Amino acid sequence: MSEILVDVIGETCPVPLVEMRKAVRKAQPGDQIVIRGSHPASREEIPMALEALGIALESVEGTRDDWTIRIRR
Amino acid sequence: MSNNRATIVLHSGDMDKVFSAFIIGNGALAMGMDVSIYMTFFGLQRLQKGRLDKGPLSKMHFLGLGKWMIKRRMKSANVASLDRLVSDYKELGGKIIACEMTMEIMGIGKDQLREDLVDSYGAVGTYVNEARQSSMTLFI
Repeated sequence: MSEILVDVIGETCPVPLVEMRKAVRKAQPGDQIVIRGSHPASREEIPMALEALGIALESVEGTRDDWTIRIRR
Repeated sequence: MSNNRATIVLHSGDMDKVFSAFIIGNGALAMGMDVSIYMTFFGLQRLQKGRLDKGPLSKMHFLGLGKWMIKRRMKSANVASLDRLVSDYKELGGKIIACEMTMEIMGIGKDQLREDLVDSYGAVGTYVNEARQSSMTLFI
């Protein structure tokens, strides 16, 4: 089990979603993925995508334009 | 998987519409959908080597001045390039289908296309057959 950091600070639509998807595809079961971003819509949309993918969301922290999302693969 | 498929027809070769198609395509892939983009008519021209971002703006092109301004604004907003969007789209498993009839009408041979991006060559039957199994289909 390892921690994978995805830094999408400064990136805009659709890059945060795409980078989340790439990380989820590469992660092994049990890995934690930590996504750091600043795109406001992605803070809401990454949890939507995780629900669609059936992947557990651990937490969403921070403000609309400075957030951290944790996922357990 | 029948409700988890998106099928997009990219008929336009306008730069902004090509962006829309690949942004939506990437978003759908990120949400776990299977996605196909059917590139036809002017959309197919964007598959010609070196032509991906060469389309005009659909509005306010102003002989290229509008496009230049929009590209500058997109760069300052850090919008991903079409090259990156297409490369991400392919990496996430998105499919691109080139319209054979358009190739014939426009006299475009396979050797003129980015064959590395094309998954298959098809016609309307291929599109309709896939669209009828899709929960989302768009014509751009």
